[in-house]
Amino acid sequence: MGSFFDEVGDLSRFTARFFREGFRPPFEWSEFFKQCYNVGNRSLTLVGITGFIIGMVFTMQSRPTLIEFGAVSWMPSMVGLTIVREVGPVLTALICAGRIGSGIGAELGSMRVTEQIDAMEVSGTNPFKYLVVTRVMACIFMLPLLVFFGDALALYGSYLVENIKGDVSFQLYFNQVFDALAFGDLLPSTFKSFFFGLAIGVVGCYKGYNCSKGTAGVGVAANTAVVVSSLLLFILDFMAVMVTDIFYDL
Amino acid sequence: MSRVKEFNTENSTAGAETRECVLEIKDLRKSFGTNKVLNGFNMNLYQGESLVVMGKSGSGKSVMIKCVVGLMEADRGSIKILGKELTHLERAALDQLRAEIGFLFQGSALYDSMTVRENLEFPLRRHAARMKNDADTETLVLEALESVKLAHTVDLMPNELSGGMKRRVALARALILKPKIILYDEPTSGLDPITSKEIINLMQEVQQKYNTSSLIITHDVDCARVISDRMVLLVDGINYAEGNFKELSQSVDPKVRAFFK
Repeated sequence: MGSFFDEVGDLSRFTARFFREGFRPPFEWSEFFKQCYNVGNRSLTLVGITGFIIGMVFTMQSRPTLIEFGAVSWMPSMVGLTIVREVGPVLTALICAGRIGSGIGAELGSMRVTEQIDAMEVSGTNPFKYLVVTRVMACIFMLPLLVFFGDALALYGSYLVENIKGDVSFQLYFNQVFDALAFGDLLPSTFKSFFFGLAIGVVGCYKGYNCSKGTAGVGVAANTAVVVSSLLLFILDFMAVMVTDIFYDL
Repeated sequence: MSRVKEFNTENSTAGAETRECVLEIKDLRKSFGTNKVLNGFNMNLYQGESLVVMGKSGSGKSVMIKCVVGLMEADRGSIKILGKELTHLERAALDQLRAEIGFLFQGSALYDSMTVRENLEFPLRRHAARMKNDADTETLVLEALESVKLAHTVDLMPNELSGGMKRRVALARALILKPKIILYDEPTSGLDPITSKEIINLMQEVQQKYNTSSLIITHDVDCARVISDRMVLLVDGINYAEGNFKELSQSVDPKVRAFFK
């Protein structure tokens, strides 16, 4: 139990250091843009395919029940709200935790055990700014974009099923989706995506940056980065829903 | 009374006191829990000198060298580099001082996501102002690579290089800011005898060409014999014995003799 609280304390200090150093010049712009490309590009295909399939499966599974209640016309609004409010952000964040979080954990862990981080420090570069701040910032800014992309493909997958099974046109389907969606649905989901990005980036960097025990430690860093950030995502999601409930009266 | 056994200091440090002391370590102490790794280590490095620090594995050699560049914080003691007390320096001043120190890591520590060129350009990014009156970056990179005879590897990735080549590129990176002091952490470890000899020759060439002071951490007796002007034996966290290679290798002290068996 003591080590759990030690870990929470260290992670909090690491996050505080990110905020302290992240907004103080010099800024590593070129490394930041490189990381944005890495984070976005690394996950784009997986997020897209997963979103598309989830949209289709969700529609296929819900359709018989809605038909039973004569409510199949509610399908676009139901899918739209579910995807945009909850499934899209959480699913995308979980995929990114697996793909980006473990990648960052392994990369920084390997740099730590091969003394590359020390070499950076000795050369007069602040490795925290160069490696951690740029990666966390990239996660924060890219995750909402990946969520939008995943949401769009999930809705398109849902539309395809509806089009095939119910002969619903593209315009009709998306008119109903956007009629059901309000500003109060988009804002919280976008806002929580920033926090999901922060959690994935910070946990991945924290595990990698503080990696020890040689090459075995690199594997542990990558693995625990995924486990801890996934757990953190659900906690953050719960908190986000609670806050949203206060402001928008779900 | 000094704990240090000095062997014929008239010969081994002849002329050293007249030279500028570029690195002065006094009463350095560092513990990890109850394990006292450094327990009052003292050492001076003079301008243009090659000083070898020898010690058994786990004797605190790497800890000492990491304290010297500020990668580790000592519990107590003083480290003065080029007249500046390391423990009192702010981050910016420390980074400026680090430009005067080259560091060759034990495992080379080349950035594996960057080409050889980018590896060498990396230290220049932070110290560009210092270099503005010097030749341009490309010339500096090629000059450093030529000094280790690897100019043809400039666009290769580190994973395309052999162990010896990596060590030489790492040496070029340590040299690129034209430092006054170079710290070598086990420069020949993990290399075959022929490559080790090449690295040692290169270290001597570099010292002559750039007139640097070298602090070499090693447990390779052959390396120490060839390259050292003076040696310090690190035993039980202190500088147990000092002298040149010949003096120390002829010592009758069992703890000193153990290094030369």
